[in-house]
Amino acid sequence: MKNDRKAWLYLLPAILFLGAFMVYPLVDVLVYSFEEGYNSASQTFMGVGGYNYSYVLHDPYFLQAVKNTFILVIITVPVSTGLALLISLGLNSIKKLKELYQTVYFLPYVTNTLAVGLVFMILFKKTAYTEGMVNMLINLFGGKSVDFIDGPYWAKMFVLCFYTVWIVLPFKILILTSALASVKQDYYNAAKVDGASKWRIFTRITLPMISPMIFYLVITGFIGAFKAYSDAVALFGTNLNAAKMNTIVGYVYDMLYGDSGGYPSYASAAALILFGIVFTITVINLMISKKQVQY
Amino acid sequence: MEVTLQNLTKIFPSRNRKSKESVTAVSDFSLTIPDGKLIGLLGPSGCGKSTLLNLISGLEKPTSGRIFFGGDDVTELPPEVRGVGLVFQNYALYPHLTVLQNILFPLENLKGDKKLTKQQMLEKANEAASLVQISEYLERKPSQLSGGQQQRVAIARALVKMPKILLLDEPLSNLDARLRLQTREELRRIQRETGITTIFVTHDQEEAMSISDMIVVMKEGVLNQIGRPQDVYDEPVNLFVAKFLGTPPINVFRGRVESERLMIGNESVLEVKGVSDREVWIGVRPEGFIPCENGTLTCAQTAIEVMGRDMTVVASHPDCENANIRAIISSEMKVCESAKEARFDLKPNKTFIFEAGSGERIACGPVPLA
Repeated sequence: MKNDRKAWLYLLPAILFLGAFMVYPLVDVLVYSFEEGYNSASQTFMGVGGYNYSYVLHDPYFLQAVKNTFILVIITVPVSTGLALLISLGLNSIKKLKELYQTVYFLPYVTNTLAVGLVFMILFKKTAYTEGMVNMLINLFGGKSVDFIDGPYWAKMFVLCFYTVWIVLPFKILILTSALASVKQDYYNAAKVDGASKWRIFTRITLPMISPMIFYLVITGFIGAFKAYSDAVALFGTNLNAAKMNTIVGYVYDMLYGDSGGYPSYASAAALILFGIVFTITVINLMISKKQVQY
Repeated sequence: MEVTLQNLTKIFPSRNRKSKESVTAVSDFSLTIPDGKLIGLLGPSGCGKSTLLNLISGLEKPTSGRIFFGGDDVTELPPEVRGVGLVFQNYALYPHLTVLQNILFPLENLKGDKKLTKQQMLEKANEAASLVQISEYLERKPSQLSGGQQQRVAIARALVKMPKILLLDEPLSNLDARLRLQTREELRRIQRETGITTIFVTHDQEEAMSISDMIVVMKEGVLNQIGRPQDVYDEPVNLFVAKFLGTPPINVFRGRVESERLMIGNESVLEVKGVSDREVWIGVRPEGFIPCENGTLTCAQTAIEVMGRDMTVVASHPDCENANIRAIISSEMKVCESAKEARFDLKPNKTFIFEAGSGERIACGPVPLA
């Protein structure tokens, strides 16, 4: 008993902080989402029910945001993980200048977001003076210029996906190169003596051995991509609804503080819907990975 | 399959950029291993045994020299086409595959006309599994097996494709003492049953002596001696080989030859005909001492260890390199336990004389003093 009390005493600071800054807001969001017609100025509401959810689910802006987010997730998670795997395999097999390449691939991770935004402007943005580097390339091969920032939906989505992949790549490469390095040389030697081809060594030895790390990256990748917001802002500005480039988190933010803001109830409902989506997908991921990763 | 190594040399370039020193792991190594024999590759840690094994398996390319399997030059061949089975020191079982999948792995890699049907593969895998007696664990993962069982799986995986040569890198070093004894007999049985030329690396001389048809003693990448275990033990070519084989180790004395008499301190112990005067090392096997009241060698006796079957007289001598002289004598001998002094005659065939400088054996037949 005495020990119990001591343990609680040690835990107290953490519990107080977590309670005040995590548990209480979480519960509050849940409460808000069911309070209909909540007014943040007067702190009053008209009734309790599911109207907020119904409103959000019928809001075309929200549906657009859900569509954008899903496209972003479905494209960037597999592409970035696959690319990271390819690059890590490459890094793992070269000897000369390995450190240099590792540094180069890790640079985006330590680069300031604004600087990255500037780079993307140079790449994609049309100004009075230039069409942007990518358009110059397209023109070089005889194509027509595309307005990537204010142009058609697919062009903007392409830029957003490109940006997201580029931003998340370094971390994934870092994790995968260390995972690859931790596979003992003996396994490769054994497989070589046993006459396995390079492809078979990769699929039967390397991939299963680093699969826990790949699953980790996929799960965190899904969560990260579902929470995308700042990337879209960096590329398309704050009025994402007008640009049709909003994400779910962007929608939540707009409902709270945007031009159409001041609706914490709608924001809470949208946030909880997002939570539901992320939770479901993570559980599915974990179930699959339990089946696959075992040794 | 007969294995021939011809002037094999392996030099590793220096890893450190500052020092240009390269490491010669194997140096001008020539050796012929007869077909169907069990060979123990013996030497202290870091003497290049494992490198030699990797050269034979093809995982390392020699700097110079050639390797032949039978009549075929395999020096330039990659490991997968050499047809060798390799058992790693830590077994290197694939942790995500079951025992059966591990054993099947080499078979699934076969290509062309060697390709087997699923049924044939399973038959072969089961055969290999029963040979090493792990048939009941086929569905388990390696992590669910004990060290000895993992070892067997590793051997089964190496044997399943019927290699021409089986290579084992320190196969017993990860096992406890009891299991080691059992497994080494097992290894001998498996080798006999399959008749595959087997080379195993060990730093444990007892292990090598007990099961090998031939032992190869190497030191710092250089072949020192090759022969049947008993022959190498009885006729070591140099001081290193003499010291390396035998437990308890050989007793080494500083001595000299003076007018055809072998001297330790002021005592002449044996007669050596035809050897000119010089400084020498004198090695006496523990079983080479005969306790004798007026023996030629006088030592200070420190203890008697009784083993039942025999006993060990522990003694010391100022000219002895070993901290303790250990003399194993029959328990029927009468030895006074409280004696301060032990006197021995030396058995001429258990006493070896080596050059003081090079450590090379001086060929001579020592005889007891007249």
